[in-house]
Amino acid sequence: MISRRDFMQTSMATAAIYGSTGFGNWARLAAQQALTQDKLLEFDTFGNVSLIHITDIHAQLKPIYFREPEINIGVGDNKGVVPHVTGADFRKLYGINDGSPSAYVLSYEDFSALAKTYGRVGGLDRVATVINSIRSERPDALLLDGGDTWHGSYTCYHTEGQDMVNVMNALKPDAMTFHWEFTLGSDRVNEIVEGLPFAALGQNIFDAEWDEPTELFPPYKFYESGGVKIAVIGQAFPYMPIANPGWMFPEYSFGIRDERMQEMVNEVRSKGAELVVCLSHNGFDVDKQMAGTVEGIDVILSGHTHDALPEPVLVGETIIVASGSNGKFVSRVDLNVQNGRMMGFRHKLIPIFSDVITPDKSITALIDEQRAPYLDALTEVIGKTGDDQLLYRRGNFNGTWDDLICDALISERDADIALSPGVRWGPSILPGQDITREDIWNVTSMTYGEAYRTEMTGEFLHIVLEDVADNLFNPNPYYQQGGDMVRVGGLGYRIDVTKPQGSRITDMTLLKTGEKIDPSKTYQVAGWASVNEDTEGPAIWDVVEAHIAKQGVISLDPNNSVKVVGA
Amino acid sequence: MELTRRSAILLGASAIFVAGLPKIGAAATGDDLIAEFTGGAEVGEGDLKLVAPEIAENGNTVPIEVSSGSAAEILVLAMGNPTPSVATFKFGKLAASRAASTRIRLAGTQDVVAIAKLEDGSFVKASSTVKVTIGGCGG
Repeated sequence: MISRRDFMQTSMATAAIYGSTGFGNWARLAAQQALTQDKLLEFDTFGNVSLIHITDIHAQLKPIYFREPEINIGVGDNKGVVPHVTGADFRKLYGINDGSPSAYVLSYEDFSALAKTYGRVGGLDRVATVINSIRSERPDALLLDGGDTWHGSYTCYHTEGQDMVNVMNALKPDAMTFHWEFTLGSDRVNEIVEGLPFAALGQNIFDAEWDEPTELFPPYKFYESGGVKIAVIGQAFPYMPIANPGWMFPEYSFGIRDERMQEMVNEVRSKGAELVVCLSHNGFDVDKQMAGTVEGIDVILSGHTHDALPEPVLVGETIIVASGSNGKFVSRVDLNVQNGRMMGFRHKLIPIFSDVITPDKSITALIDEQRAPYLDALTEVIGKTGDDQLLYRRGNFNGTWDDLICDALISERDADIALSPGVRWGPSILPGQDITREDIWNVTSMTYGEAYRTEMTGEFLHIVLEDVADNLFNPNPYYQQGGDMVRVGGLGYRIDVTKPQGSRITDMTLLKTGEKIDPSKTYQVAGWASVNEDTEGPAIWDVVEAHIAKQGVISLDPNNSVKVVGA
Repeated sequence: MELTRRSAILLGASAIFVAGLPKIGAAATGDDLIAEFTGGAEVGEGDLKLVAPEIAENGNTVPIEVSSGSAAEILVLAMGNPTPSVATFKFGKLAASRAASTRIRLAGTQDVVAIAKLEDGSFVKASSTVKVTIGGCGG
């Protein structure tokens, strides 16, 4: 008799072979210069259930460039394991050839050159084509959106998320969970959710006053697909009121609440669920830990930390699928469920090469309709990048976009030091590319984008850096919030990621004088994205636009001001 | 990353706490309170569950819950507060549910500890670290 565990391991091995085949395909196709839509979508339909996962779109309706991180440090048990593997190590791990389409979409080296070869990625009209193709093979496939959908662009800001709601509704998801959506404010979120034609799930979304579940966000929903009774349990981002301004949604409380997750799994199993799927915005390491704590989840569709993994990660008998961000990838997971047990799976991370996948015309028209009222403002060219200047953000420490934003804060707000949030969204701009107003909003848009200017002592700056570092490098994933290190301008420091909170950050230096930061001295600090109510200042996108307009052509000095130890 | 009034107050509070330590050596610490509650008896692990958030959404009002099938009394302590004592819940022999929930105020990241005296006279402990953070910078 073969146990379920044997089956899982067998199917994992099978999937690994399949995965590397499907994967190697991209690489070989590159060599043959024959990347085609048919090859990208090629999938030998398997079992009786199909899941389609997309997450962290951050309102990117149109194709973009998006460079994956160079630095993504894991700590504790997650040191050196996916998703904390980047670049050449990542390519080696998955057998990806240098210069291949896989190398372009999954690693960072030679990004500018490869981007010119392989073009932009994403675009929800291309995503629609992929979804339609999967549905033509498996009509009752479930489409699950992991959240961070109604945030991150000029049009999303100006329509309060309506552009994304309109386009996503046309793709007909079956369920969604949440994070940045709540920064629209609870009134607006409630208004949209009340009208959604699909389930808005979150077992950890609670009423803050009574510490009880809400009616608007049920914990789970049942689906019937391929004769299988499927329960999808939602898990919203656990730390919303901490990482984002809680005053914008004071009626809601979150948290990991893994005890309740276990209760919900037990409840859906007792009601006859044959397959339990968790649609999560926990972040990858938190999902791994939760999979090891909560028993009975078959599949976790993982969002928040923007990781794109070519194969699922297996924890016990749970598979965890990570599907990237910004509309760059869609994951397809086919499952064989028999007698209430997941007996095997087949998985493919489908990269949305926008020049290869034909856009769905009706969705293109719908997207253009959302953008039409704003098109003049969106497309206005503010500046351009120099011939050697790539702008990107993704990574644990400053990217070049962050350096540019910090420069803008220091010069436009006349500050010694700039602080910029360590968010993981924001598309890249290639060397020699025009920078439009839309591009600036893509890396700055939010409902609390006031660029403040304040005084901080050296001691307080140290506390701030230590606090954020612990949110990223605490060895227990349940104490991490999933962003990256706060970006700094005008300030250098050394960080030992292995140390406890309070002793990671040393050698803080004011770059303009080269002097050590004095704990008792006061510094002029400019920043944005404060979670405090009543923060005052001009909008960050206006600050950045003014700076870029003055510069004309953007050419940044290399930033070597952060020394990382213990990675 | 953010600076909230709350965190500024917390920083102030913790500074006072540290500065005050030598003087309040005679005041009851968490360990003193545990020793007093148990009479110095050995404290094991067992029939006691403590549920607290990993990271507090608001350090001024942190929901916690304790439960046990056989506890006569449960002592709850915030080990890092200037006054660690939070509450002692007492359950009668006929109590159908030996669970209690409340909200507590935490002066910074610290361990919340629950000690239960079970009906058989033995003591068990449960502990949970609750982080109080400045916040900001979400992905």
